[in-house]
Amino acid sequence: MHPVHRFCTALLLCLPLTAVADDVQVAVAANFTAPIKEIAEAFEKETGHRVVTSLGPTGGLYTQIKNGAPFEVFLSADDGTPAKLESEGEIVPGSRFTYAIGKLVLWSAQPGYVDEQGEVLKKNDFKHLSIANPKTAPYGLAATQVLDKLGLSENVRPKLVEGGNITQAYQFVATGNAELGFVALSQVYKDGEITGGSAWRVPDAMYEPIRQDAVILKKGADNPAAQALVDYLKGPQAAKVIAAYGYEN
Amino acid sequence: MPLSVHDIAAIRLTLELASLTTLLLLLIGTPIAWWLARTRSRLKGPVGAIVALPLVLPPTVLGFYLLVTMGPHGPVGQFTQSLGLGTLPFTFAGLVVGSVFYSMPFVVQPLQNAFEAIGERPLEVAATLRAGPWDTFFSVVLPLAKPGFVTASILGFAHTVGEFGVVLMIGGNIPGVTRTVSVQIFDHVEAMEYAQAHWLAGGMVVFSFFVLLALYSSRRFKPGFN
Amino acid sequence: MTDSSPAGQILARFRLAWPGFELDVDLTLPGRGVTALFGHSGSGKTTCLRCVAGLERAGESHLEVNGERWQDSAAGLFVPAHRRALGYVFQEASLFPHLSARRNLEYGLRRVRAAQRRVDWDHVVKLLGIEHLLERLPGTLSGGERQRVGIARALLTSPRLLLMDEPLAALDLKRKNEILPYLERLREELDIPVLYVSHSPDEVARLADHVVLLDQGRVVAQGGLRETLARLDLPTALGEDAGVVVESVVAEHDDAYHLTRLTFPGGEVLVARRPEAPGQRLRFRVHARDVSLALTRAEGSSITNLLPARVEALAAADTPAHVLVRLDAGGTPLLARITRRSADQLGLAPGLPLWAQIKAVALLG
Repeated sequence: MHPVHRFCTALLLCLPLTAVADDVQVAVAANFTAPIKEIAEAFEKETGHRVVTSLGPTGGLYTQIKNGAPFEVFLSADDGTPAKLESEGEIVPGSRFTYAIGKLVLWSAQPGYVDEQGEVLKKNDFKHLSIANPKTAPYGLAATQVLDKLGLSENVRPKLVEGGNITQAYQFVATGNAELGFVALSQVYKDGEITGGSAWRVPDAMYEPIRQDAVILKKGADNPAAQALVDYLKGPQAAKVIAAYGYEN
Repeated sequence: MPLSVHDIAAIRLTLELASLTTLLLLLIGTPIAWWLARTRSRLKGPVGAIVALPLVLPPTVLGFYLLVTMGPHGPVGQFTQSLGLGTLPFTFAGLVVGSVFYSMPFVVQPLQNAFEAIGERPLEVAATLRAGPWDTFFSVVLPLAKPGFVTASILGFAHTVGEFGVVLMIGGNIPGVTRTVSVQIFDHVEAMEYAQAHWLAGGMVVFSFFVLLALYSSRRFKPGFN
Repeated sequence: MTDSSPAGQILARFRLAWPGFELDVDLTLPGRGVTALFGHSGSGKTTCLRCVAGLERAGESHLEVNGERWQDSAAGLFVPAHRRALGYVFQEASLFPHLSARRNLEYGLRRVRAAQRRVDWDHVVKLLGIEHLLERLPGTLSGGERQRVGIARALLTSPRLLLMDEPLAALDLKRKNEILPYLERLREELDIPVLYVSHSPDEVARLADHVVLLDQGRVVAQGGLRETLARLDLPTALGEDAGVVVESVVAEHDDAYHLTRLTFPGGEVLVARRPEAPGQRLRFRVHARDVSLALTRAEGSSITNLLPARVEALAAADTPAHVLVRLDAGGTPLLARITRRSADQLGLAPGLPLWAQIKAVALLG
């Protein structure tokens, strides 16, 4: 066989591999990094499909999707972005669902600093209270709702420091630069308990639910593996993992 | 008025930050650049590399380390606390410190180039005319390196104005204290307030253009030494 | 700054070693007049000058200028360049480009205490003919003008020693001739000892009173100008440039033939008409290659300048084909470079009287 022919044949043999139904390309909001790893591993073992994940901030992933990124499934950190994609006709109709509900927690890196009722907020005996930017991050918005409910918005305003996203809000507290802050439970929670410091798990009634929605994008419409992954996410094994990381579903 | 009170506060804050940072950098950067330009020490390489680090590091890396070291458990934080100054993150002073590190190469490198371009000869001439080292520096080096100082000031100022990652990492987005124009633009964009974003962002583009225009115009004159 | 060393002398000892170059000099120079540091490029003359200035730091060093000790490595003494009362003229004038000629001159002057100023502003400015240049920036001056400002700038610091590093080397012939008269006036009018680095025999012959010949970082010879240049062991280092310098006096002009007669101890020469008035002193140079020898006075020759002389010694020249002959022309030393073959045919030996035919003289003025 002529070497060129041999090369072309090899190329042809390779081609289908990248497009086989066995692969699914998933865009995942960065705050869901750890759970998706665990879920994907279990899913691959069970179904033989392969999950290729791209991690990033929700806004960034949205821009990439709008500009032709090859994602088939999208796990957002909010519910607004998937709804927007739906209205823009970028998703498989009817595929949008809530895969996790984020929980807000008032947390400090120092043990014993935050009491279980959140009285520490009323005492106002701290220098900095960290929250995510309420204009752009769902957890930040939820935090301002809690402060409003407690009637403390005015009191703590001078002490508020904002992270650009919830990761940064956590960083401010974790490094001790802010004594306490509203962060995602998933950031300080593993296997049913708070991993360190002290925390007040804010009652659900004090803020609008922080829904994290997922969708099958149009690129994944004909990929059985995409549907299989979504089905798996809705199933009991995934639910266990999600709950273990401090989300409700 | 297309700009809100917050926007204007952000602009004023940014200008204050950039001015103070540039001033400090000229004071700190001049001896560093002089040393780098003249030394034959083996430390020249490492020191030059450290100064240049912000050119290649993502600002978030620098910001993260500043956050940790200036925090209550970090060495700088412990030091500032022992002086009764508290900690630097979320303060204007903290932003200044961060900006000084972040914009350092933009001031030091033009100065170093200017000092190196002067060469040995004018300094020797000055010495044979009875000028001591300090005298020589002020009467010969400074005037001859003037274009370098202009470039360094413009770049240091402009780069601080355009700084984003470090401010985001250590600022805490406090209006009037640490919320600079670049962060404000980011907020507007993230919140999809495109009209306000455009006013500020467009302003930045125009500002940057004129800064660079001034820079390139000032480079037309370069006195030679002969 | 007091020392027991004799005043009126410059003692300089420097030893330094760089990769591929070594300087090892021990000089005793007169504390007045112009001393030329002479040699090919790479001979170490500029390095030596820079050591004297304190711009280069030799490992082993000792320097005294007219009784003032500036440097002594044994005693750990090193007076930094800016505390040495010296003037330095660089090869390129190296004026400060951001200052006018006037401000350049003032730069050094202002840094010398008024009580120590011994050189008069007007005198120097006039001496170097730069009155009309004072308000100009260096960039607008010609090379020669810049160099004159540079020299004036150095002089205005009232130096106890003036160091000149090939001040004419960067200039073309026209500019050189423009500056040389100023340097001669300098020598005559200001009582400042000068160390003058040069690789040009003509410049040295014209300006120097004392010569130090350097080769590969070492002193090959030092002494008075005439004696040193006429030494037989040195011309090998000089090659084609071997020759002597003669101090003469303008005797008279012959306007019919447009000639000038110059006299000196032991003879006279005729040269093309000179502008100098009779009685004025004039140096000229006679290259060894321009001197031929004859046992009898040549008749019917076009060569005008014939001097009776006596052979003093013979030595190898720069090529195996030639020999150098040292002559005594009635008190004036001469060198002749002739072929070995001619020397044998003439039977040259010390003491032999003969005629030196001078084909050309180079007038230095």
